[in-house]
Amino acid sequence: MSFRRRTLFWLFLLVFLPAQTAGGSELRLEPETLQALRSSRVADRNPAIEALGRIDGEAATGLLGALLDGALYVDKEDGTLLILSEDGQSRDALSGAGLASPDKTRLRKVGTNNSQREILLSLLSARRLRHPDADARQAAVEALLERGQADKDLLYSLLRDETAPEVRQRLEGALALLRARDPASTPEEILDAVRLLADNAPPNAGQVLENLRKAADPAVAAAAEKALYNLRVSAERASMLETLFFGLSLGSVLVLTSIGLAVTFGVMGVINMAHGELVMLGAYTVWGMQRLLPGQPGAALLLSIPAAFLVSGSIGALLERGIIRHLYGRPLETLLATFGVSLILQQAVRTLISPMNRAVESPAFMSGMLHITRNFSLTSNRIYILCFCLCVFALIYLIMHKTRLGLEVRAVTQNRPIARTMGVNAPAVDTFTFALGSGVAGMAGVALSQLTNVGPNLGQGYIVDSFMVVVFGGVGNLRGTLCGGLILGLANKLLEPASGAMLAKIILLAGVILFMQAKPKGLFPERGRAAEN
Amino acid sequence: MFRKTALLLLFCGLFSGGAAYAAAETIKVGILHSLSGTMAISETTLKDVMLMLVEEQNKKGGLLGKKLEAVVVDPASDWPLFAERARELLTQRKVAAVFGCWTSVSRKSVLPVFEGENGLLFYPVQYEGEESSKNVIYTGAAPNQQAIPAVDYLMKDLGAKRFVLAGTDYVFPRTANKILEAYLLGKGVDKSDIMINYTPFGYSDWQSIIAEIKKFGAAGKKTAIISTINGDANVPFYKELANQGVTASAIPVMAFSVGEEELSGIDTKPLVGHLAAWNYFMSVDTPENAEFIKKWHAFIRDQKRVTNDPMEAHYIGFNLWVKAVEKAKSTAVDEVLKAIVGLSVPNLTGGVATLLPNHHLTKPVLIGEIQADGQFQVVWETPKEVPGDAWSDYLPESKALEADWTDPINCGNYNTVTKKCGGAGK
Amino acid sequence: MREERLWDRATILVTGATALACSLVVVCSLLPPGSPLHIGGYTVGLLGKYLCFALLALSIDLIWGYAGILSLGHGAFFGLGGYVAGMYLMREIGSRGVYGNPILPDFMVFLNWKGLPWYWWGSDSFAFICLLILLVPGLAAFVFAWPAFRSRVSGVYLSIITQAMTYALMLAFFRNEMGFGGNNGLTDFKSLLGFSLQSEKTITALFCASALALIAGFLLCRLIVASRLGRVFVAVRDAESRARFMGYRVEDVKLAAFVFSAILAGIAGALYVPQVGIINPGVFSPLFSVEMVVCVALGGRGRLYGAILGALAVNFAKTWFTTALPEVWLFFLGALFVLVTLFLPHGLAGLPERLMRIPAGKIAPAPKAGEPTGAEDGR
Repeated sequence: MSFRRRTLFWLFLLVFLPAQTAGGSELRLEPETLQALRSSRVADRNPAIEALGRIDGEAATGLLGALLDGALYVDKEDGTLLILSEDGQSRDALSGAGLASPDKTRLRKVGTNNSQREILLSLLSARRLRHPDADARQAAVEALLERGQADKDLLYSLLRDETAPEVRQRLEGALALLRARDPASTPEEILDAVRLLADNAPPNAGQVLENLRKAADPAVAAAAEKALYNLRVSAERASMLETLFFGLSLGSVLVLTSIGLAVTFGVMGVINMAHGELVMLGAYTVWGMQRLLPGQPGAALLLSIPAAFLVSGSIGALLERGIIRHLYGRPLETLLATFGVSLILQQAVRTLISPMNRAVESPAFMSGMLHITRNFSLTSNRIYILCFCLCVFALIYLIMHKTRLGLEVRAVTQNRPIARTMGVNAPAVDTFTFALGSGVAGMAGVALSQLTNVGPNLGQGYIVDSFMVVVFGGVGNLRGTLCGGLILGLANKLLEPASGAMLAKIILLAGVILFMQAKPKGLFPERGRAAEN
Repeated sequence: MFRKTALLLLFCGLFSGGAAYAAAETIKVGILHSLSGTMAISETTLKDVMLMLVEEQNKKGGLLGKKLEAVVVDPASDWPLFAERARELLTQRKVAAVFGCWTSVSRKSVLPVFEGENGLLFYPVQYEGEESSKNVIYTGAAPNQQAIPAVDYLMKDLGAKRFVLAGTDYVFPRTANKILEAYLLGKGVDKSDIMINYTPFGYSDWQSIIAEIKKFGAAGKKTAIISTINGDANVPFYKELANQGVTASAIPVMAFSVGEEELSGIDTKPLVGHLAAWNYFMSVDTPENAEFIKKWHAFIRDQKRVTNDPMEAHYIGFNLWVKAVEKAKSTAVDEVLKAIVGLSVPNLTGGVATLLPNHHLTKPVLIGEIQADGQFQVVWETPKEVPGDAWSDYLPESKALEADWTDPINCGNYNTVTKKCGGAGK
Repeated sequence: MREERLWDRATILVTGATALACSLVVVCSLLPPGSPLHIGGYTVGLLGKYLCFALLALSIDLIWGYAGILSLGHGAFFGLGGYVAGMYLMREIGSRGVYGNPILPDFMVFLNWKGLPWYWWGSDSFAFICLLILLVPGLAAFVFAWPAFRSRVSGVYLSIITQAMTYALMLAFFRNEMGFGGNNGLTDFKSLLGFSLQSEKTITALFCASALALIAGFLLCRLIVASRLGRVFVAVRDAESRARFMGYRVEDVKLAAFVFSAILAGIAGALYVPQVGIINPGVFSPLFSVEMVVCVALGGRGRLYGAILGALAVNFAKTWFTTALPEVWLFFLGALFVLVTLFLPHGLAGLPERLMRIPAGKIAPAPKAGEPTGAEDGR
C-alpha cells in the first residue's frame, strides 16, 4: 500500500469512526475478508485489515489486537480462525467461544508485515484514545502523533477531556506544532505556539522552528531563533551527558572483565591467558541457569551471579592446584600453560554444548530505558551493569583490604618467605586468590551475557583489553584497574563521535602506549621495595 | 639432534605416503569449513550438512558406481591455513570437488590454489561479486540477488526515504554499500539522506552508534537501516537497538547477514518485525523443504536445529555437482565444468536453480520478517528467479564486464566494450 | 660469567642438521614426480612456511631468552615485512588483475582511487623493496622501542604495550582507507621476478631462500650471543639495575637487540608471504604473536635452536591435527602446551639434553630453572 493511500485511508477512518460501543456479540465478516485472513500470503491481508478497521466493537478490536500481536491462527484444514493467548488458552476469533486445545501442526499463523502492523497500531490507538487508563491513552496519543495523522480538531477535543498532565503536555506540544505550522495562524498565535514549543519540545519542533526563523514577522523570527537556540543547547547538553554515560558504561564493562585479571595477574603475577574463557564460562552459566528455570529469566540471572562465581572459581581453583602451582618461580611459563588451557576450554564448549551462540534472554527489568529528561534517557541494562560493576569492585576491594584473608594475600604477594614464617599458609592463599580472581571473571561473564554473544569466542574479544586495563591502571593495584577501565571507556566514547569506532580504538591504543612512556608503571605504580626491580 | 632430522624425514614420509592411498575406489569430496576459531559458529553447520548430503548420496548408491567419501579438514578460521588445507585436499587427498569457505578473505586465499591446481570449489555464501573464476561455482547470492530487491522493498512497501548503511568494515559490506549508494542516488535519494557507518569485526559497544542512528532517524522521514553487519557483532547490535527503544516499526533493519542460525543465538522477542533478505528461509512451505528439514533433523539428532540459506546453497551445489558428474560420466574437473553449465536442479523454495555461464545461479529473492520464534515470515518475494550477476552494473569499473565460461568467450572478466578478456585493460 | 663459544656442539649439530635436511628436501623435490622419494610442491611449500615461522620464533628467542624482553607483539614486525613483500607482489600482477589496471592493484580500483598513494612509491622495484623489508620493521621497532626503553618501560608493562601496538596495527590495517586491502589484505599474487608462484621450481627456490635465511639468522644470533654484546644481553636480563650501575647503557643494548630481532622477523614475514600467497591483518592479531611466543616456550627458551624446534613442532602439530583430527584437535594442542610446561621445564630442547644427560648449563647459559631470576618481572 502506498503512503498516500494509507494516509487517505486513515483520514477516512478518523472521520467516520464513531465512538466505541461496548458489546461483544458474534463478529460477522464478509467472505472476502475471511478469505484474506486465511490466505498464506501476507500481502493479501490488506483488504481484511481495511474491512476490520471499519467495524466497531470489542470483537473487532480484539481481532485486530490478535493480528497485531501475532496471536491469530488459522486452521489449515477447516479454515477456522482462532486466537491463542499467551497462557495457552484458545478461543474462536469470531464468536469468542473457548476451544479445546487445538492441534498445533494444523495451525498456521496469520502473519502481517511491517506496514500492516503500522496500520493496525494506528487503528488500535485510535480506539484507545479515550481509554480509561492514562498510560494507554498516552501510548495511543504517542502512536497517533508519531505517524503524523492527527488533526487539530481531534487534538482539541482530546485535550478538552484530558486530565492526566503528561498526556496534556504531549497534546499541547502537538497542537502548538500544528498552530506554528499553520499558515492561517496570526503572528500572536504563532508567538504563543513558539513559546510553548520551546518549553515543551515535542519531536520535530526543531524543523518547524527552523522554518519560522525565516518568517516575515521579525518578532516571530526572533522568538523562533531564541527557542531554537535553547533547544540546541539542551540537546547538546543531553548528548554530552549521553556520551559520558556511554563512556562510563563501556568503562564498567572493561573494569568488570579486568578485575578478575587484576587479582590473578596483578596480585599473583600469573599471565592467565585463560581469563577470557573463565569469563565465557560465566556467561554460559546464565544460559544453563535459564534452561533450568524456564520462564523466569530474571530469577535465573540473579541466581547466575553466585553460580557463575562458583563455576569459574572452582575451575580457577583446579587450574591453580593442577598446573599453576607447579610453575611458581617461572611466572612467564604460566602463559604457555594457560594458553593451552584456554584452547581446551574453548573447544570443550564447542564439543559439549555447541559451536554456535546460545540465546540468553534479557529479563524485563533489564530492558528498556529510563527517561530522565525529555531528550536524555539511559538504557536500563547499562545502568544495572554499571552498578553491578561498582558492587563487584567494592566487594573485592573490601576482601583484599579489610579482611584477614586479604591481608594474607597481600603479605604473600609482597614477601612470600616472611609471610610463611609468620604462619600464613601460602599455598592455600594462592589457591584462594586464584579462585577469587577466576570467580570474579565468571561474574563478569554474567554481565556480558546481557550485552553480547554467548558463544565459544566470547572470551577472546576481551582478553587484550583486560590486560591493557590492568597494566594501564598499574599492576597489583585494584584502584588502578577501576580508574584505568573507566578512563579508557570514557576516552573511547569521547573520541568515537569525531573519529569513528575503528579509529577511536586505534588512537586509544596509541595513547596508552604513549602514556606508558610517561608513567612506565601505570596510573598507580606500586610503591615500596617490591617496585624497585 | 638427529631427532630433528628424523622428524623432518618423518614429515616427508607422511606426506608422500598420503598420495599412496588416494587411488582407492571412492570418490572423494573435500569439506573446507572452519571448525574452530571465530568462524566455527557459522561454518560447523555447513560441514554437517555436507556430511548429510554425502551420506544420502551413498544411500542412493553413490556416484558412477562408487561410494562418496567426505574428507573433512579444519582451516581453523586462519586464512593462510585455508590455502594450505585447500592445496592439501587437491594435491594430497585428490578430492574431486571441494565444498567450502565462508568469508570473502578465505575464498580469496584459496582462489590461486584452485586455479593453479585446477580444482573445483563450491562456495555457498552470499558475497560481494566482482569475481568469477573458472574453478569456482558460486552457489550463494550475488549482490543483485539480495541487496537490490531488498532496497526496492524498503522504498516501495515501507516508504523508506532515509537510509543508514551500517556494515562491518570488510569487502562484502563495502561493495554492497557502494552498489546500494549508487542505486539509491540513481533513485533520487538525496546524499544527505544516506548515512554510512563501518565498524570493526566483533564490535560490541553499539551505544553511540545507535544513538546517532536514532538522531538521524528523527528527521521526520521514514528511516531504514540496511545492515551488512557480520556475525558476532549482530547480537550486541540488536540488543542495543531494542534497549534504546528502536522498534521495527520506527526504524526497520534490513539485514543481509542474519539468518536462522544467527537468530538461534539471540533472544528474538525484541527483534520481531526486523527484516532480512535471503534466497531461502526455513519457514518456506514446500514439500522439498519439509523433506530437507526432516532429513536434517534426523541426521543431526536434534529437532530444534534450524536450516538456513547457505545450507540450501550447499544442497543445490551438491546436487548440481552430482548431476554434472553423471552427465560427464567422470569426476575430472574440466569435464564436470563443461557439463555443469546450464544444468538445473530444484531448489528448496519450489523453484529451479540453473547454473549460468558465469558460474552463478538463478535464485528467488525473499524478504522475511523476524518472528518471536526465531523464524522468518516471508513478506515479499520476486515473482521468479533472478539470475546472478558477477559484475555489478551499478559500479563504474565493472559495468562493462561480464563473465562467461562457455565457448567462445571462456573468460571471467570479459569486457563487452573492448570485446577482450582481461578486465578494463586496453 | 662463562665464555660462550660460537661453534659449540649444539650449534654445529643444529646448523649441520638443518642444512642437511633442507638440501635433502631440495634434492627430493627435484626428483621426477614418479619417483618414490619425490616431494611435491605442497610439502615443500609447507616446510618453507614452517621455516619462516622458525625464523620468527628465533627472533623472539633472541630478545626474550637473552635480553629478557618479552614481546607479545612480534607478529607486527613479521606482518610489516610481509606487507612490504606483498606490495611488490601486488605490483607484479600488473594488468593480470581482474580489472586489468596495469598500475593500480584491484582493491584500489575498487575504492575508486586514481593513483597509488605515496607509500606505495617504488614498490615495483625489487631492490628497493628488499631494502624496505629490512628498513620498515627495523624503523618501526626503533620508533616504538626507543622511547619505551628510554623511559624504562619493562617487564610485563612492556609486554602489554607490544601487544597494544600489534593490536592497533591490526585495526589500522583492517581499515580499507589504509591502502593495504583491508580485511582481504594483499592476495592473488601471480609471480615473483617473473617466475610463477604456482610452479614447483619457484616453490623450491623460496624454500631454499627460507632455509638459507634461517641458517644465516641462526648463526648471526649465535654470533651475537657468543660475543661480548650477548653477555651484556644476559646481564641486562638477569639484573638490569646492576648492569646499569656498572655503566652499561641498558637502553641502547635493549634497543639494539629489539631492532635486530624485528628485522629478522620482517625477513621471515617477507619470505612467508609469497609462499602462502596472502597477507592480511590476521598476522597482526595479538593471538598470533602469543602463539609464536608459545612456540618459543615450548621449544625451550634461551637456546635459539629451541625456538626453531618449537616453531617446527607446533606448526607441524597444527597441520597434522587439523587434518587428522579436525573436530577435536584443539584439545590435543592445548594438552600439548600444558604437558610440556609441566613436565619439560626446559621445553622440547630440554628433552634431548635430558636424554643425552648433558647438564643444561653446558649447552645454554640458562639461569635458574631456565628463567630470568624473576627480578625483572617484579616478583
